[in-house]
Parts: sequence; C-alpha cells; structure tokens
Amino acid sequence: MPISRIARRPSLGGAVLALIPFLAMCFSVPLWDRLYPTVFGLPFNLFWLISWILLTPVCMWAAYRLEMRRTPAEGERTNEGSN
Amino acid sequence: MNPGLVALAVTFAIVAAGSIVGLLAGARYKMDLEQWAVAGRGFGIVLVWLLMAGEVYTTFSFLGASGWAYSRGAPAFYILAYLSLGYVVSFYVLPPLWEVGRAYKLQTESDFFEKRYDSKSLAVLVSIVGVVFIVPYIQLQLTGFGIIVAVASFGAIGQTTATIIAAVIVAGFVFASGIRAVAWVSILKDILLLGAAVSIGVWVPYRYFHGIGPMFTALIQAHPQHLVMPGATKNLGHAWYISAVLLNSFGAYMWPHTFGASFSARSSNVLRRNAIVMPLYTITLTFIFFAGFAALMVVPGLSNGDLSLLTIARRTFPAWALGVIGGAGALTAMVPAAVLSLTAATLFAKNFYRTVLAPSMNDEQVGKLARPLVAVVTAIALGCAIYFPQTLVNLLLLGYEGITQFFPGVVLGLFWARVTRKGVWSGLLAGIVTVGVLVFTKHDPLWGLNAGFLALCLNFSLTVGVSLLTPVAPVFERQSLQGIETA
Repeated sequence: MPISRIARRPSLGGAVLALIPFLAMCFSVPLWDRLYPTVFGLPFNLFWLISWILLTPVCMWAAYRLEMRRTPAEGERTNEGSN
Repeated sequence: MNPGLVALAVTFAIVAAGSIVGLLAGARYKMDLEQWAVAGRGFGIVLVWLLMAGEVYTTFSFLGASGWAYSRGAPAFYILAYLSLGYVVSFYVLPPLWEVGRAYKLQTESDFFEKRYDSKSLAVLVSIVGVVFIVPYIQLQLTGFGIIVAVASFGAIGQTTATIIAAVIVAGFVFASGIRAVAWVSILKDILLLGAAVSIGVWVPYRYFHGIGPMFTALIQAHPQHLVMPGATKNLGHAWYISAVLLNSFGAYMWPHTFGASFSARSSNVLRRNAIVMPLYTITLTFIFFAGFAALMVVPGLSNGDLSLLTIARRTFPAWALGVIGGAGALTAMVPAAVLSLTAATLFAKNFYRTVLAPSMNDEQVGKLARPLVAVVTAIALGCAIYFPQTLVNLLLLGYEGITQFFPGVVLGLFWARVTRKGVWSGLLAGIVTVGVLVFTKHDPLWGLNAGFLALCLNFSLTVGVSLLTPVAPVFERQSLQGIETA
C-alpha cells in the first residue's frame, strides 16, 4: 500500500477545527494587537494570546473526538511486539 | 562565601544530578540503533510528552524569549503563537506519519523521504540539509549554556571557557545514554524550569512594581510603543508576525529530532493526545516574558538582550537561588542539545555515510559510527559559537527557515498521491538556496515578510507545479507494495 494511502487525510470538520486557532492567533493579528482595554493588568494583545493558548486544546480535543468517532479501531492501533 | 562560587556549585550540582538520571535511564537497555534512536517505539503518553517538551522548550525559550521581550518587545509574541499552532499542525501530521513509520520501520526523516519518493539521492540531500541546520540550533544551546555559567560565576568564568565546558558536558551525556535519557532527564528539567519561570515571572514584577498589572502600566508609560508591533523594531510588523508564525508552526515538527521523536510513540493516538495538552505548556513562556519586560525597566541598556533574564535574576535573588535558576537553564540547554547532536549524528551515519560510502554497513555498525559523530557535531557547533557568535533568536530563526523547507515534501508526501520525486527535489533545492541567499545577504526580513516564509512559498509552488508536469514513477507503487508486505 503506497504511503499516501496509509496516511488518511483529516476530515472536513477536523480541518475547520484546526483553522480556528490559526485565525485567532495568527491571521487576525491587526484586530487584537493593541494595549487597551487591559485585562487583569495585561495589555490586550498578551491577554488575547494567553486566552487562545488555553482555548487551542479545547479545539484540539473536539477534533480528537471527531477523529475517534470516524475510525475508533484504527486510532487504537498500537505497536505491539516491541518494547 | 563568594556568591559566584555558591551559584556555580548549585548549578553544577543540578547538572550532575541530571547526568546521573540520564545514565541510569539508559543503562537498563541494550543500545542497538532502534533503542538509541527511537527507544524501541514503546513510549506512552507521559514519556512522549516529556521527550517533546524536553525538545521544544530549549534554552531559547528561557533566555532568547526574555531577550526578545527585552530588546524587541511585542514581536516576541510570535513565539507564543507559533508554539501553540505548531501542536495544531502536529495533531494532523504526526499520527499519519507514525502509521507510515511503523509500516516501513522508519527511524529518521531521511528514511521517510527515501521510502516515500523511492530516492536515495533525496534522502542524502535531506540528511545534509538536516545536519547543516541542526548545527545553529546546537550552537544556540551551547551559547545559552555558556551565558548561564558566565553569569552564575559573576564573571569569574569567561563565556568562551563556559561554552567549552557546556560542549564537553553535552557530548559526554549523550554519548553514554541515548534518547531514553533525554525523556527521563526532562522530568527534572521541566520541574525546575517551571519553578524558575514562575518564581522569576511573579516575584520580579512584585519586588520592583508591586504586581504584574502595575509593571505593565509603568512599562506602557515609559515605552508606549514597546508592547504593540513592531515594538522596538522598524520592520517586524503584522505581516512579518503572520509570516513568522506560519513558518515556525509548520516547521516545529520538521526538525529531524522532533520528526524522529514521533516514531518513539507507542501508538498514533498517543501523539494526538499529546498535541492536545502540549499548548498548555506554552503558558510557562508568558512568565519568562514578564521577566524580560521587567528587566527593561530595572536593568535597561544591556548590549545583549539574551542576558536580561539572568541579569535581573542575579540582582533580585540570593546566590543559591540564582544557582537553581542557572541549573534549570543549564538542563534546558543540555537536554535539547543532546537530542540534536544525537539526531544529527544518526542522520549523518545512517542516511549519508552508509548510503553514499558504505552501503554494506549493518545497523549495528551505523550505531557504532553514530556515537563518535556526536562529539564531531558538538565540536562543530562549539566552533561556530566561538567564531560566529549570534543572538539566540537569530540562530533559531535561521534554523527554522532552513528546516521548514521539508514541509511540502512531508505533507504532500503523506496526503497527495500525485507528488513526485522531481517535484520535491526542485522545491526543496529552490527553498534552501533562497533561504541561504536571503539570510547571508542580510535580506531577512524581505518586504516585511520572514525570508524563510517567502522561500517556503516558492518551494511549495515548485513542488506542486513540477509534480504535475512529471509522471508518478510506476515502479514506486510496486516497490511500496512489496515494502508493506515484508514490514
């Protein structure tokens, strides 16, 4: 089986979930790169980035749930025999 | 007692403790190539997490990030974004890669290119490019280690001597113990780093400003431009930020050592779960940034921003605490430097030396050759550190700009059946040459964009374009079929 068939592409939902953190932390920088309003004493841009450091795992967790529902059996494959 | 002696003694006690943990971790296993390089593919979630945290959070995050917060300001925030987004990319790329790695018994990044594109020459190119761009990353670790020893000794040990000491320790450490040592020493390293980062990042602002909020208020008043892009720079604006974040997050797992670390996982799911929790670790870095910002107010005018974190720590804490911080920093340099030199040596021995010069070598001989090569690679990086000194961020950016040129070949190779050997060859070569020319003629950033990002765009277009114009070799499909049956 060629490599491009062993490796499954992510689903559409998974791709969208990956896009959210990229939109929030990367492409939208002109919208949030400012000092005010400060939140908890932090400049707004730093507060925004810290929030998304915390929210990114939420997106990835959702993507994980999605992925597991797609093919639970394949995801559980482990490397038995060597250890 | 002399404060320099106290600080140094504590730092070296921590380094010694780390080395002993490393030796014990490696001792229980027979070190064949598979154990040495990918730990027998047996790591569960905890060890994979430790190994990857050990690799990603280097002395760069410790000294370089605070250095940029100090000298450049807001553009340094790109580090927070690219680390988190790098894990997002890894969530989609590493599990399929692991499946392929298991099916074809891959150990290195070059192995992937060799099997996917059925091309030994491409694998050799990847090993050369990989080793060449790993050297500045090792140089970064040695320079950082050197800065720590020099500052902790209160200037009694010069930075050159300190860097040489660092190189000897690193080479000895990896020579004895292989990849398992790295994961175990990471436990000590991560606990110390977390403790050091939080205590510096919280205590320093309280000590001088009575809180983190008041510190930012004072900073905004004194340097109103520092905390929004382009900060204290002229050309690191929003476009640069976006291009640098994209380049670095695509590149985070293209490093031969992070790429190879994914093969040490027990299952592809371990890698998915790891990608979910890893971004949380990035929070540590915000404390490091606090220290850099506080240093700008308390110890302004340092010629090298990389010294800012340790300088303010030395002014604020007693000598023994400076020693603990130095020890944390030293392990943070040692662990990644060990992985980097181990990977470079394996890559060179297996995918360059064996492929080009001695095809009859078996794995055992490759493993024997790789060990002394660790010393060679470390010595080269040491030479660069002494003769071509650079700031830490510049070294990291250079490494990332080169290494990310593997991205199209890896991702298209995994997900697009139509990509061809000629396509990847031309894209990779064009990307590397572009990076080389732009960086060495000092045109980075160019047109407000990260030079490596521009090279990556060219690389990607050429890979796709040339692939569409060249036929997929029919022999590849046949050979791959045989490969999977025997695997």
